[in-house]
Amino acid sequence: MARTYHPPTALQRIRRGYFSNRLDTAMTLGFGAFVAWALWSLADWGIVNAVWSAENREACGHGAEGACWAVIDARWRLILFGLYPFEEQWRSALACVVMVLVGGLSCLPPFWSARRIAALWIGGFAAFYILMRGGFFGLPEVFEQNWGGLSLTLFIFASVTLLGMPLAVVFALLRRSDLPWIARTMGLVIDTIRSLPLLSIMFTFAIVLPFVLPGWLTGDKLYRVIVGYALFFACYQAEILRGGMQALPAGQEEAAKALGMSYWHRIGHIVLPQTFRNALPPTINQLVITFKETSLVAIIGFFEVLASGNAAYGTSEWNFAHVEVYCFVALIYFVFVFALSRYGAYLERRMAVASR
Amino acid sequence: MTALLKQKSVRDAVYQIGFVGALLALIVMFALSARSNLEAQGLTSGFGFLARSTGWGVSFSLIEFDSNDTYLRVICVGLLNSLFLGAIALSLATVLGTAIGVMRVSGNRMAELIGTTFVETFRNVPLLLQVFFWYAILTALPRPRDGIDLGGIVFLSGRGIYLPGLNVGGGAVLLVFVALVATLGLWLWLKNARRFARMAPARKVRVSRSLWLGWVLLAVALLWAGRIAGTDLLTLPYLKGLNYAGGIRVSPELLACIVGISIYGAAYIGEIVRAGFNAVGPGQSEAGHALGLSTWQTFTRIRLPLAIRAVMPTLINQYVWLFKSTTVGIAVGFVDFFMVISTSINQSGQTLELIAILMGGFLMINYSLAWVLNRVNDAIRLKGTQLRS
Repeated sequence: MARTYHPPTALQRIRRGYFSNRLDTAMTLGFGAFVAWALWSLADWGIVNAVWSAENREACGHGAEGACWAVIDARWRLILFGLYPFEEQWRSALACVVMVLVGGLSCLPPFWSARRIAALWIGGFAAFYILMRGGFFGLPEVFEQNWGGLSLTLFIFASVTLLGMPLAVVFALLRRSDLPWIARTMGLVIDTIRSLPLLSIMFTFAIVLPFVLPGWLTGDKLYRVIVGYALFFACYQAEILRGGMQALPAGQEEAAKALGMSYWHRIGHIVLPQTFRNALPPTINQLVITFKETSLVAIIGFFEVLASGNAAYGTSEWNFAHVEVYCFVALIYFVFVFALSRYGAYLERRMAVASR
Repeated sequence: MTALLKQKSVRDAVYQIGFVGALLALIVMFALSARSNLEAQGLTSGFGFLARSTGWGVSFSLIEFDSNDTYLRVICVGLLNSLFLGAIALSLATVLGTAIGVMRVSGNRMAELIGTTFVETFRNVPLLLQVFFWYAILTALPRPRDGIDLGGIVFLSGRGIYLPGLNVGGGAVLLVFVALVATLGLWLWLKNARRFARMAPARKVRVSRSLWLGWVLLAVALLWAGRIAGTDLLTLPYLKGLNYAGGIRVSPELLACIVGISIYGAAYIGEIVRAGFNAVGPGQSEAGHALGLSTWQTFTRIRLPLAIRAVMPTLINQYVWLFKSTTVGIAVGFVDFFMVISTSINQSGQTLELIAILMGGFLMINYSLAWVLNRVNDAIRLKGTQLRS
């Protein structure tokens, strides 16, 4: 007689997951109590006893029971837009929306070709820059020194990616070159840069580079930091791409050679498309790290979203509200990073299905 | 000429000379322009400034330092502080991360929920923000006079955390540490070297146990010998006037860095450990149960050792990466290697030399960290017939 498979009922699943033996039951109860206590005190602090509006800010301060979200109500413009002129802040907001839209669109399969994704990013980046900088179409000019908040974070992230990705391809190709001196020198450069902390590279580019460059090459401090960060990103990304290239069967390139394809055709039509596909999950991971580490420019003296958060509670009026401000800024980062990493996990699952 | 360029070997040589030459030319251009810039400021290049006295002090140092000491010494102070912070934060991150990883594979849904929440919360927020957060919380603690008293042993205040300590000279502590490194080296030698390959495994275990026991005894003896005369061996903090006396003060800067880096690192290490457990096949623990081992024994004797071995290479990269991230200490004013270098650049103007020292220092630390951990990996990894999945 053939036994039929019964899927476990909800009760059975709960029993297996939470109360399978005595130790399991004890763990469930102990950790459950902890979770309940944590949730309760969080809700008590963040919702029940919280002060929400800036009008009754007297209610919060030292000795208050709950969170003082009034600081966000009063200072959100500073956190999101930094020192951007008040009347022009809609431009900064619109620029952020454009950048998020570009990021979202590049997650859709119709944009997954080299030409389209490059067009999307370059177009989006140009729109972002025109909106932020102004000077065209009757928009008043706003210089980079006044950029700040979320739009500066997004600007640094987008320009590092846009600059670093082609550079990474070049680095990876040079490192796997057949010519030993080129491959070895590139390997040395990549390994050296990878073993340095990002902060020291940003610092070198921001503070030290003007010493060693002739005056006409110096450029603005913001752009020097971006170039340094892009170089760092490119070295990490080049290693990821090299891993993706190594996963390609040697026959692929040999077959292309046998068909008489030139080097650039082999790279452009055979190697790189498959490399990017292989290397997609670690690439997303690298983008996640890159987004988080844009916060380091706050140390070099830029007014991105973390630094403007610091400024938001830096006045004597709000100096007690550090936890609330950091929670808000953390939430902003979390939304971006979590979305990106979930997307990476989704892609990984999808590709695992495809290669089965 | 064109005929010559049609030969592949000639073309290859031209490419390579061109590439390496261009890089060298870039470096020479940097050096020349730096020299002319320095001369314009009246500074001489070279490492002579290392012997000059700094004229400024540091807020935290493991060795004696005052403003009359030299630049060389202040760089050593920064390097030691970085290593100190890295050693503490990385070990805490490992312990916490392993616990989180184990919770996520424990099979208990509630433990998995806590582990997942921890990882997703702390991994998706920048490290710098977390360090700022902990620093703000620690400095907002009450003044020492109203400090929080934990059983009369530990005191929490906005000036720092006060812990009980030992009245032992710095030299003895250093010697204990040197002995630890030496013991680790001897242990790795015993495990790896070919001359001990034929030693009976049981004897090897005995020798390595006595090696570690020897270190513990030596450490106790050294600490006893190095105690500062005329004081109790143990010193407890107590309130004296407006501040605490006795005990060890852990500054908010150091503590914020330790807490931030260990939690952030633990979130990453937890994920790695989880991947390690998933890499150990179910047949291993089933076989353990079939042999009559308890769940705890199967876990500690079979799954954990196999998981650690499976993820050791990934962990090594993670440690190097985490060590590099200790540089965020500068944001809250912890005197680490990077901060010392950047202050020295401001004060002395010897930019290029100091940047070279910074890069050399990090290259050295990272390569030696990776080298030591790779030797550990060689010592514990599974060989030949031990490989089963």
